[in-house]
Order: sequence, then C-alpha cells, then structure tokens
Amino acid sequence: MATVEKTKSVEKQKSDVVLNYFRPRKKLPSVWCAGCGNGIVMSAVIRAIDKLGYSKDEVAMVSGIGCTSRMPIYLDFSALHTTHGRALAFATGIKFAKPHMKVIVITGDGDCLAIGGNHFIHACRRNIDITAILINNYIYGMTGGQGSPTTPSGAISTTTPYGNVEKHFDPCKLAQAAGASFVARGTVYHTPQLEKAITNALDHNGFSLVEVISNCHTYYGRLNHRGDAVSMLNAFKENSVSTAKAKKLSPEEMEGKFIIGTLHEDDRTEFCDEYQKLVDAHMGEK
Amino acid sequence: MVDTQRTLLLGNLAAVEGAIYAGMRFFAGYPITPSTEVAEGCSRELPKIGGRFIQMEDEIASIAAVVGASVSGMKAMTATSGPGFSLMQENIGYAYITETPCVVINVQRGGPSTGLPTKVSQSDTMQARWGPHGDYTAIVVAPSTVGDTVTETIRAFNLSERFRTPVVILMDEIIGHQRELISLPKPGEHQVINRVKATVPPEEFEPFQLTANGVSPMAAYGEGYRTISTGLTHDPMGFTTNEPEEIKVKLDKLRNKIMDFRSEITKLRVEMMDDAEIAFVSYGSVSRAVLLAVALARSAGVKVGLVQLYTVWPFPDNKLRDYCQKCQKIIVPELNMGQIVHEIRRVMPPDTEIHSLQRYDGEILTPMQILEKLEEVM
Repeated sequence: MATVEKTKSVEKQKSDVVLNYFRPRKKLPSVWCAGCGNGIVMSAVIRAIDKLGYSKDEVAMVSGIGCTSRMPIYLDFSALHTTHGRALAFATGIKFAKPHMKVIVITGDGDCLAIGGNHFIHACRRNIDITAILINNYIYGMTGGQGSPTTPSGAISTTTPYGNVEKHFDPCKLAQAAGASFVARGTVYHTPQLEKAITNALDHNGFSLVEVISNCHTYYGRLNHRGDAVSMLNAFKENSVSTAKAKKLSPEEMEGKFIIGTLHEDDRTEFCDEYQKLVDAHMGEK
Repeated sequence: MVDTQRTLLLGNLAAVEGAIYAGMRFFAGYPITPSTEVAEGCSRELPKIGGRFIQMEDEIASIAAVVGASVSGMKAMTATSGPGFSLMQENIGYAYITETPCVVINVQRGGPSTGLPTKVSQSDTMQARWGPHGDYTAIVVAPSTVGDTVTETIRAFNLSERFRTPVVILMDEIIGHQRELISLPKPGEHQVINRVKATVPPEEFEPFQLTANGVSPMAAYGEGYRTISTGLTHDPMGFTTNEPEEIKVKLDKLRNKIMDFRSEITKLRVEMMDDAEIAFVSYGSVSRAVLLAVALARSAGVKVGLVQLYTVWPFPDNKLRDYCQKCQKIIVPELNMGQIVHEIRRVMPPDTEIHSLQRYDGEILTPMQILEKLEEVM
C-alpha cells in the first residue's frame, strides 16, 4: 500500500511538472488521437527541459506540418509552427540570430525525411546547435495514413495498399553520416531512457537528433494489424535492444530489432561558435 | 572638398549598402545569377559589423532562415532571381500570414524555368504580387538605377518594419549588373524605421491584435513574451482557428493594414506630365530608356511625359488616374508579354487608349524603339 501511495505521489509530481509548461489560454484537448505517442514525447521533452533548468524564455520550439508538429502550439515557449518540412531551416535562422537560445525542432518522419530531407542533412552537416526530436511512427498520420520514408518494405499504408515496394531510411545513420554530433534513439515505451536521451541531446553543443519510435495505432497499427496503442508499445519493448546488448548480438539475431540509446557522440565544432570567431576576427574592418 | 561617400558601385552591391544602412544584420541566401553579388557582398560586409551571413542549402531554406531571424528580432533579407523566387513563394506566404517583416530581393531574369540566367526581364511583376497562394496584399518596390537601389532598399526595410510584412524589391539584371557613380547616404540622411515592439505585460499581449495604425506590436523571441507564430489561420492570440468570423478578421487585417495606408506606401516619379497628352508608365530599368525617349520627343515638340512606379504594388490607382487625367493615350513599355499594362487598363477611364510595348527576347527596350512606338501611337 505504501508503495502504491509513493508511486501515486511521484506520478503526481511528474504530471505537475508537465502542467507547468502548458501554454496559458490555449484550449485543450490536443488534436492527437487517444493513446498517441506524441503526448509521451511531449512529456519527456518537458521533463528534460525542467531537469536542465532552462527558463521558458530561452527555449524556442519550432515545427513543420504533421501531427507531431502541433506540439509547440500547446507549450509555453516561443513557438514557430512553420511550413511542411522546413522547420530546421526556420530554426537555423532563430539559433543563428540568437545563439543563446535553446532551439528545439519537433518533427515527424514525413516532415523531416521526405519534404525536409535536404534541410535535415544540411543542419547535420553544419552541426548547428539545434536539437531535433524526430517522432517516427512510420506513416503520415495527419493526412490519413500514407506511406512515408520510414514505412518498412512490404508494409501497408493508404498509398501502398499492396505493400510498400520502397526501402526505408534509417534517420540515425543518415544523421551520423551527414555530420550530426549527437544521435540517439528511444521509444515511447522506454520513457525514463527517452527523457535521458533528450536531456543529453539538449545538453550537447552541436546538432543533436533523437529519433523516437512511436505508435500511430490509428493508421499504421490498424492497416498492418498491429493492434491498439498498448500492443504497439509492447512490440517496441520486445523489438528494441540497448546499445550494450546490441554489441553482443549477431546480425541474424538483430533481424527485425532496433537499437535504443546513444548511437553517436563527438565534439565537432559548432556552427554559431565558428561564425562568432570569424566575427571577432573581422569586426570593425573597413 | 572630396566627397568620400562618392563611389562606383554595382547595383547588386548597392542593395547591400542600402540594406545595411536600414539596419539589416542577417542575410540568408543561395547563389543564383544574376543576384549572387548581393550574397557575396553580405558575406564580406556583415561579419565586419557583427551581422550574420549564412549560405543555405536552397532558396526555400533561405527565406525560412530569414523569417526565423526576424521573429528573433533582427532585420533580415534574402536575394534571388526567378527560379529561386518561385521556390521561395510558400515561405513568403508564411511571412505574410505570420506578419513577419523581411525583405526579398528578386533580380529578375528571363523565364519560365531556367530561362535566361544572364539576360534582363520584368516577367516576375505579377509573381511578386500573386506568388504565394491565398489572399493577402503585397508591397513591391522597383528601383531603376544603382542610386535608386540604395534608397529603395532602405524604403523596402522601412515599409517592411512599419507594416510587419515581407517587402519584395523587384530589381532586374540591368540594374543588378550595372555600375554607376553614386553618393552613398550619410548617417541620418534617411529615416530608418524599426518595428513597434511589445510593451504591455506578457499576460496581456496579443501578438496579432487589431490596432489603429493597422499593425500589431511585435515581441522578439527570448524577450519574455513566448508568442506563437503559425502558418495556420489564427486569432489575435496566434491560436489556430476555423471560426468564420475570426478567419475573416485575420484576412481583412492582412489587406487593410496595407490598403488603408496606401498613401504611405505609394511612390511615383513624375516627369514632364503637366501638359502631356501622351504618357509613358514604366518601372524598373526600362524607365531609364523611357526618360531619354521622353526628352528627345519633347525636344521635337511632342507633349509626352513619364510616370515611373517606384511602388509597383499596391498599385497606385488614384494617383495614376490623377497624373494621367489629361492624357488620351498611355504607352506601357515592359520587358515581358504585358503584365502591369492590365492594371493601367483597369484603372484608367475606358476611353483612354492604352498601348502595350513589349520586349521579351532578353534584350533591353532602346530609346529608339520607344520613340518608334510613340510615333506609331501618335
């Protein structure tokens, strides 16, 4: 009984933290379906920000178009809800103009990897200090379940009714190859790990990506017989492998599984810092 | 005394001078002929004054970064030409609906598509007005000389800050790539307007409130207001809306904040129009050839004049009608298949004879061609 009470009180504290960050005067509920993973990610982002002690004023949250991209509208930060795929380019303008700000981009697999793919690889290459939270649910949710660049081969969507003939992106490998200096993956099942990954990403100076495997039971789950939100979350638990454990597994054993944890971290120089050096060297020249 | 401000300057670099004078400290762009020297000039000059230059991955990203910098409180600009201008349209629309001040220079070249990268054109006149989808009102200015480019760029920033809206500068290849001896303005010579900043307590602030002068005060990111900007149609708080009455208020605001103050925006140059029976109406580099043609025709005793549009949009309906009221005939020379001529037809009384003089082969209209058209019309 005491344990139950303690758990309840911890849960209450956690939700209180989240409530502190909702935008005043904004009408809820959100546009998200009941059971959507976006709420779990939103809560993890808030708790990471709270843990790091950022003031609300120093955070700018930028997004594009899609279900995930509605997140900044609900939260009490400077919010730029932009055009489809372009969030990172808008965010680059904010960060470069005000380098002391913590700039967070909330994006989805379609927004970031299809229409926004070019901005994604170039933000990685520049290594500008922006944290991108890519919520990957394998499908376009807002437009009703079309195939995305992460839809697995063979999977059903409303635009791949006979199974997807295309190959999918691995956003983490893409980011690392393009030059991102922090790359991590989490899921909406492993919430403490996700909160930690986002905290580390925010704390990192340079471009950071956190890919969050999430559930769209409404479209992806229904079309591919993956069950409800709970079944999908359980599948994330079963199919994920930690970075430490992955090292011990053969490629055959890794088949159908994905790695969660920090996948890459380095200390490449950050874009705004480098530009500031250039300004310091040439300031006042005629 | 030597005038130290006197300098031989390229048109595209004149735009950089004007922008910096106006307070521009952020440039994001992508190379494209014939506008590239604007980006090159910014990459050289901005670090020296603590400004920021970034070469983005494409034109879509360039205008996006410009909007990001502007909501963060900086005066920001990009420069491009036809194909890049087409790519920018969606995010220019975003700047219209989020009421974000910024300046977009389009150094026009021939089109459609890749068209004529090194040749002059004025075929983006309508795109500059109607490029982004949806309903809004645009401000577009057009210089005709290197000296104009400095002052029109300053004016473009002032209008942009005053009206919280993107302003397009329609240059063209002739102006962009021409060198002329000009005097750069001294500090204080031109007024520099800055956006009205939010002053009320954050909890009372409405980022898109209706005001008497049409424009809502603006709060920069990171300064305590935590505003929301969305490309979705929104209410005065910035919250998305599907309510018909709120939608109409927003769209009316986008139009009225400009159209109700059109006299502040309109700028015309009027030459020899007092007794003119025939008028030329032109804008951009063509105006230079027209001016010479008018002078030559006047020396031959022809009563002809020029109205040059420095503000192309919003179109100066009333002023043009006033200046041309005694003219039976109007000639509209343009480097396109006839774009602004339709506005003049719309505005003038139906019995006015309106002649379109077009050239769209990548070459300029010469004073002789303009005189030939005058003779034909007479």
